[in-house]
Amino acid sequence: MRLSYIKAVVHFLALLPAAWLIWQGWLLYDGQDNLLTANPIKYIHHYTGDWAIRFILMSLAIMPLRKIFGWNIVIKFRRMMGLYAFFYVILHLLNFVVLDYYFDWPIILKEIIKRPAITFGMTGIILLIPLAVTSTKGWVRRLGKKWVKLHKLIYVIGILAVTHNFMMVKADIFQPMIHISILTLLLGYRLYDKFRAGKKTYTGNSNFLQRN
Amino acid sequence: MLFRFLKPSDVKSAEITPEKIYHNRREFIQATVGLGAIAALGLDSSQAQAQTKLLENITPNAAYSTDEKLTSFRVVASYNNFYEFGTKKDDPVRNAHSLKPRPWTVKVDGHVENPGDYDIDDLIRPHDLQERIYRMRCVEAWSMVIPWVGIPLAEIINKLGPTSKARYIRFETLVDKGQMPGQNSRVIRWPYVEGLRMDEAMNPLTLMAVGLYGRDLPNQNGAPMRLVVPWKYGFKGIKSIVRISFVKNRPRNSWYLKAPSEYGFFANVNPKVDHPRWTQANERRLGEFRRRETLMFNGYAEEVAHMYSGMNLQKYF
Repeated sequence: MRLSYIKAVVHFLALLPAAWLIWQGWLLYDGQDNLLTANPIKYIHHYTGDWAIRFILMSLAIMPLRKIFGWNIVIKFRRMMGLYAFFYVILHLLNFVVLDYYFDWPIILKEIIKRPAITFGMTGIILLIPLAVTSTKGWVRRLGKKWVKLHKLIYVIGILAVTHNFMMVKADIFQPMIHISILTLLLGYRLYDKFRAGKKTYTGNSNFLQRN
Repeated sequence: MLFRFLKPSDVKSAEITPEKIYHNRREFIQATVGLGAIAALGLDSSQAQAQTKLLENITPNAAYSTDEKLTSFRVVASYNNFYEFGTKKDDPVRNAHSLKPRPWTVKVDGHVENPGDYDIDDLIRPHDLQERIYRMRCVEAWSMVIPWVGIPLAEIINKLGPTSKARYIRFETLVDKGQMPGQNSRVIRWPYVEGLRMDEAMNPLTLMAVGLYGRDLPNQNGAPMRLVVPWKYGFKGIKSIVRISFVKNRPRNSWYLKAPSEYGFFANVNPKVDHPRWTQANERRLGEFRRRETLMFNGYAEEVAHMYSGMNLQKYF
């Protein structure tokens, strides 16, 4: 019962960025002052991309939080973080295809293929699709251990996302470097944990499924 | 010498000619009172207005102006790449109030007959101010149409008298962390440096701008004087200039130094030479929804293409 309240609050918080965007978009449409700058499409692009990365990082932070602080409850929010990452990255893609290039497929395809940064980003989005699809309880049950394996793709997606972010920036690499640092810490912790668990396996304390 | 400047590709005669609107002061004031973006950023519109004063005796130069729809003052003055005040587009409008555009001294040196430290007013005032409405194409694939006020750079150069050794002209922006807080971060090497080949500098299109929309340049647009080279990407338009040098060798401009594979010295607008990370075939005119095709030399081919005949523009981008 209490968990469902917390979940509602987390949903509310996770939707706030989208709500803010809709509000600002409405102000723009209505000809009022807004914070989307004189180039709203570019602004929306950065905004949705940043939030997608933040949710990817949050989903990757669940396991270390649980391990380090013993907060078992956070595991209940991992799927949610992943799905909100998917939600914001789809907004990011829609902005690219619809608002920015307005279905100009030849140019869109050329950009995806020719620009390594966009190729990385697009690959990350495509890899995120099976994770979103198999995020339901039914799929977790059906796939069993394979599900765990499949969802390790999020490590690759995280790397692709921050690389894309870093490569798209013209000069001020401050923010992408923050994303890269956080990702490095989160993935680094996993390596450390694996190493530690590997040692512990002899004492029989390791539980593969629980760890993931 | 005065030829008709517009080509079929850029004549949009059906569009309103908004320069008329802004020459009508009353409507202009009404329009600028809605400086909403600026207001939203914490500057109220009266402050924004008070920042700049009206310039006198400006002659509109129709022969060198496009009649495309102007980008609003609000957009021109609130969406800027001016890393000396921060790297976000709305950083300059927030932070540029710390810049003091007067008194302002410009150092002139190198292969030139009249070197020295010039007060900006001595440099500019002897010449008649012209208004020129130019397209501005940013390397980031967005564009504006801006009514600049300034004088042809050639007039300044002729007065300074470069010697035959001068093959390039090199400009520097002010370095002053107190006035330019963005310089506390080393995103690019300070001072910002730009340059032109001498024939490019002497081209009648090249403008030393001191104002826009009939007023002094807002600080965030490069007060008190900045370069405008409309057939090149916007980063060639160096702002808040404190030094003009006549040099023998090609200056190494800031963005070239930052990423030589992405930003060249020439930086001519060219839809056929993509930026490594995005297409340059099209652009978004700010205020418009759909992208439009980018024109060779930003639509100024008739006036400038001859300077590059025989040059491999894929190589010298």
